[in-house]
Amino acid sequence: MKRRILSLLFVLSIMTAVFTGCGNSDDSSSDESAKKDDNKGSVYYLNFKPEVDDQWQEIAKAYTKKTGVDVKVVTAASNQYETTLKSEMSGSNAPTLFQINGPVGYKSWKDYCLDLSDTDLYKNMQDQSMAVKGDDGKVYGIPFSVEAYGIIYNNAIMEKYFALDGAVVKKMDEIDSFDKLKEVVEDMTKKKDDLKIEGVFASTSLKPGEDWRWQTHLANLPIYYELQDKKVNDLDEITFKYGDQYKNVLDLYMDNSVSEKGLLGSTDVAASMAEFALGECAMVQNGNWAWSQISKVDGNVVKKGDIKFLPIYFGVDDKKQGLCIGTENFWCVNSKASKEDIEATKDFLNWLITDDEGKAYMYKSADEGGLGNAAPFKTFNEDERSDDPLAAEMYRWMESDKTNIPWSFTVFPSQTFKDDFGAALLEYANGNMKWKDVSKKIVEEWALEK
Amino acid sequence: MQKTLKRYFPIFVLPTLIAFAFAFIIPFIEGVYLSFCRFTTVGNAQWVGLENYTKALTSQSDFVYSFGITTLFTVISVVTVNVLAFCIALLLTRKLKGTNFFRTVFFLPNLIGGIVLGYTWQQMINAILFRYGTTIVSQFRYGFIGLIVLINWQLIGYMMIIYIAGLQNIPTELIEAAKIDGATGWQTLRKVKIPMVMPSITICVFLTLSNSFKLFDQNLSLTAGAPMHKTEMLALNIYQTFYGKVGQEGIGQAKAVLFFIVVTAITVIQLYVTRRKEVEQ
Repeated sequence: MKRRILSLLFVLSIMTAVFTGCGNSDDSSSDESAKKDDNKGSVYYLNFKPEVDDQWQEIAKAYTKKTGVDVKVVTAASNQYETTLKSEMSGSNAPTLFQINGPVGYKSWKDYCLDLSDTDLYKNMQDQSMAVKGDDGKVYGIPFSVEAYGIIYNNAIMEKYFALDGAVVKKMDEIDSFDKLKEVVEDMTKKKDDLKIEGVFASTSLKPGEDWRWQTHLANLPIYYELQDKKVNDLDEITFKYGDQYKNVLDLYMDNSVSEKGLLGSTDVAASMAEFALGECAMVQNGNWAWSQISKVDGNVVKKGDIKFLPIYFGVDDKKQGLCIGTENFWCVNSKASKEDIEATKDFLNWLITDDEGKAYMYKSADEGGLGNAAPFKTFNEDERSDDPLAAEMYRWMESDKTNIPWSFTVFPSQTFKDDFGAALLEYANGNMKWKDVSKKIVEEWALEK
Repeated sequence: MQKTLKRYFPIFVLPTLIAFAFAFIIPFIEGVYLSFCRFTTVGNAQWVGLENYTKALTSQSDFVYSFGITTLFTVISVVTVNVLAFCIALLLTRKLKGTNFFRTVFFLPNLIGGIVLGYTWQQMINAILFRYGTTIVSQFRYGFIGLIVLINWQLIGYMMIIYIAGLQNIPTELIEAAKIDGATGWQTLRKVKIPMVMPSITICVFLTLSNSFKLFDQNLSLTAGAPMHKTEMLALNIYQTFYGKVGQEGIGQAKAVLFFIVVTAITVIQLYVTRRKEVEQ
């Protein structure tokens, strides 16, 4: 008898556990429906950048405090955005605000993108051509941050070089073409002992997953020039006409590098940024987001005033070429969300670009608790800019008479295309593949993945 | 007691059944359905029929290649893991000093997760290859051998424990009788020990076979398919199709269904074959 009671008790306790489990979720969903009854709606943002998660959480809190509208921000783990978005979108509580990376991202998410043509967000854009538009001409993605990349150099080391006897050039302005850059870099390599560096360029990180600076950023240039030649925005098939120039730049990076070619398959971006921060090299190709990374390296010797940008001179139209300036971050509003949530999301975005508090969060640098975005909206004044040294450099180049290269890589067919491009580069670096075959592989892969 | 158990049978089964249905049966059925669809999110699918399957099997998707190297990998690892595990088990049932210590040591690697193991081995292998100015991702053979070493390191301990249990269950009379009949050590092993541990062999071969075929974490973290998808095994290939390409989720799903069928077929055949060799004790 006793045993029977005991077993019954056991079963009961399991049952209660099961049912309380269900009960809890019921409670929370009724909570949410209660909120929706207020007609206030709520915002759920799936954030792309793990490095600014803290700031977004704070923004969410500040906004809720001010307006009473619930804002939830979830950040996908590094490299897991598409994965997270796919699973979150299938759930019943889908994000109302999410990011796409450009036309290709739009292609896979078009069923979920709301037409934003009539929003203040679009109307306030500085350059409306930057928005992602569908085939119907409507606006589906709004860029919220402009970024730039090029060759970052440590001016202190360059000055040291200019002071040496027999330096090819005496000041930075004289480096204005690929040939000049090559001459200087090769001369610096010869004098690396005098300069106390291990190589001119930081390691060309070709570890799988760490190769985006080459298969995306550097690859932007040949594709951009090819698109320019043909006067189109996108191509179903490429010829990789400027492949040789690409190879020249890549060879320059690898032949004058801190690391041996054969070891590039094990270096990652963080390692090469650390090499730059520790003063082991003078140059590294990366974007304006890199300063926060460099300044955080233990034993960083690069001073804030010494970090500068140089365009990636490519040997096609060097006279006019500026930095590569564009964006891969577009906001999209989930068209399948409820009306209230859509309105709440639009209001939230408006607050970010018009309200002083919201704007401060947008432009202030990470040290000051902001996102450090160079927001491309008319509502931002000239003094509302981040004090990041590379951001300042970006503005300097933007305002110069050079032509900025847009980010044409947003039309690259897929992640697989980029990964395979990177893998081919690694094979090339290891001497397993000739450049001719790499080039062929890239052309084939583009056609295949488009 | 028996009666009570029977009476409460549904209640005892229910929680597990619910969990199993939610976590396995329902997603499985949905997955099979989705393999016939074009979709981005599972809530928004369009029926396209067999298109995904034909695309999955055409050469451009590397599925066939991945299948090839997965098979090769599985064959090699099933042999090496089981032979080595069995040898170690034989050694450690000889009543040597410190057997328990060695059993623990050999079992330990099994407790480490696949991703961690992959990165650890990547570092170790790279540290050796570093002397020759190269890395694990530079050649197919480095990555492939690395994977074999890794799976051996991870699985041998587990299989060893199963073999030890099997060896200890052999009645001592049998071995003594064999000795008295003048059997050599080799003969005892072949004619007495191996037939008697057949049930363990069935289990171990089954486990290594399915584990090697489904290998994913270790593959992802050790080589991620480099160089150029040459070390990309089936599970990783499916993952890359699903998440790395635009608009190919359905194809990834179709591959996953094919994968399921292949793994099931192979393991069922294996179980049938090795079971027939088991002897009644």
